[in-house]
Amino acid sequence: MTASNVRQIVLDIISDIAPDEDVTVIDDAKSLREQLDLDSMDFLDIVMELRKRHKVEVPQEDYSKLATLESCVSYLSPKFA
Amino acid sequence: MDDTQRIVMTGIGLTAPNGNNLEQFRQNLLDCKSGVRHVDIRYMGKQAAGLCDFDEYKFQSKKLRRRGTRAGSISIYCANEAVKDSGISWETVDKSMVGVYIGITEHGNVETENEIFEMHQNNLDWKLWSPHHNPRTVSNSPAGEVTLNLNITGPHYTLGSACAGGNVGIIQGVQQLLLGEVDVALAGGISESPQTFGIFAAFAAQGALAHHEDPTLASRPLDKNRNGIAISEGGCIYVLERLSDAKKRNAKIYAEIAGYAINSDATDFVNPNSERQVECMHKAIKRAGLKVSDIDLVNMHATGTGTGDINESKAVRDAFADSDKTYINFTKGHIGHCMGAAGALELAGNIPSFIDGVIHPGMNVGELDPDCVIKNLVFNEPKLVGNINYILNNSFGMLGINSALIIKKYTV
Repeated sequence: MTASNVRQIVLDIISDIAPDEDVTVIDDAKSLREQLDLDSMDFLDIVMELRKRHKVEVPQEDYSKLATLESCVSYLSPKFA
Repeated sequence: MDDTQRIVMTGIGLTAPNGNNLEQFRQNLLDCKSGVRHVDIRYMGKQAAGLCDFDEYKFQSKKLRRRGTRAGSISIYCANEAVKDSGISWETVDKSMVGVYIGITEHGNVETENEIFEMHQNNLDWKLWSPHHNPRTVSNSPAGEVTLNLNITGPHYTLGSACAGGNVGIIQGVQQLLLGEVDVALAGGISESPQTFGIFAAFAAQGALAHHEDPTLASRPLDKNRNGIAISEGGCIYVLERLSDAKKRNAKIYAEIAGYAINSDATDFVNPNSERQVECMHKAIKRAGLKVSDIDLVNMHATGTGTGDINESKAVRDAFADSDKTYINFTKGHIGHCMGAAGALELAGNIPSFIDGVIHPGMNVGELDPDCVIKNLVFNEPKLVGNINYILNNSFGMLGINSALIIKKYTV
């Protein structure tokens, strides 16, 4: 799966979890929480949806790697390989 | 009586299967327009049920709707509509002196059932159990969502009282105002019951689930051929205030609380006890300082079950044996059984009769059950009776909880 595909997977999940947000304006390098109205429970939802939809597991110690869209793609791409 | 000891209703927010505000709801009650339809229920397929079609996002963001529950969504809609209707200046209200008291039949079944379903769809992967499950299912959740939405910092909780919930929520609000705990009470009842399959399956197992090829005829209380309850959702929340405060802001006043009572059958988990129901109605009438003949209108609980309707009919006949002028109606033929919302919603449907003098009928009585014959029963056609001053609203529930709430037309 390409990095672009992984990015879209994450964006699709964020769109469902934060449906009031415009995900088309996200800066990939900036913290998601700084750009969007997301709290810690929302990140748990992202982890949950990755597991439910794509059977991808994110252990608790790696949650910080989901801070930016860029870091999400780097971290998750090997798991989708 | 001192105005600080008189409690009045100054705002109403509601959603019912046949209306999303009082005017629409009342008109559909007068026109005998049902809100019951066929819906697809998990595992069971097509069932008669009453669902509400209010705009969930009128007062709530999509994200918070997703975070919360259907029960919370109904509560938020009703609370906001009630506040708006009351004309109270919300920005200047002391939010620490506002209380939220919501009667519920049950809460958490919808969310729990959905989580278990999802887990079964995913090879019993328990790690998919939502982190939102606990805040969604704690029993104060619907009232708590209202406080989050309206920035209320006074007390909030729900009143678990089966299908007496609507009356019980209002009574709690009244009591807290009389105690001086709050200055404004948002009080009533809500239900999201048809969102779960379990309640349908359980009533089916009891042989008490309404069914008919025409869903609008499924709920037919007091009809000889009735076959059970049409499960519905809904909500109705009132703004309650002390009369002294309502007068200060020149508020519109729908009605004044005259009396109330709650008691218990102490006889059975499910089957009602008409003697205790009579005691409950009489206790409320006595507390209001009235005679039975002072009551102009009684809204029956009348769910459409065989035993329930016969027992309550007997109770109403006995309770009002000494009155020739008390009219009787019921509401669940129109909207099904809105469970925790039923008492509060059905009361609201009758409040406009203080103004127009018309009693809306109970609907769907093809052939009145001989065991449910009651003097002055209004069914199938509205009845203009003129002056209505007192309404008694019955709301009963499983485990033998009975409630009767009396309101009076407000006069200066």
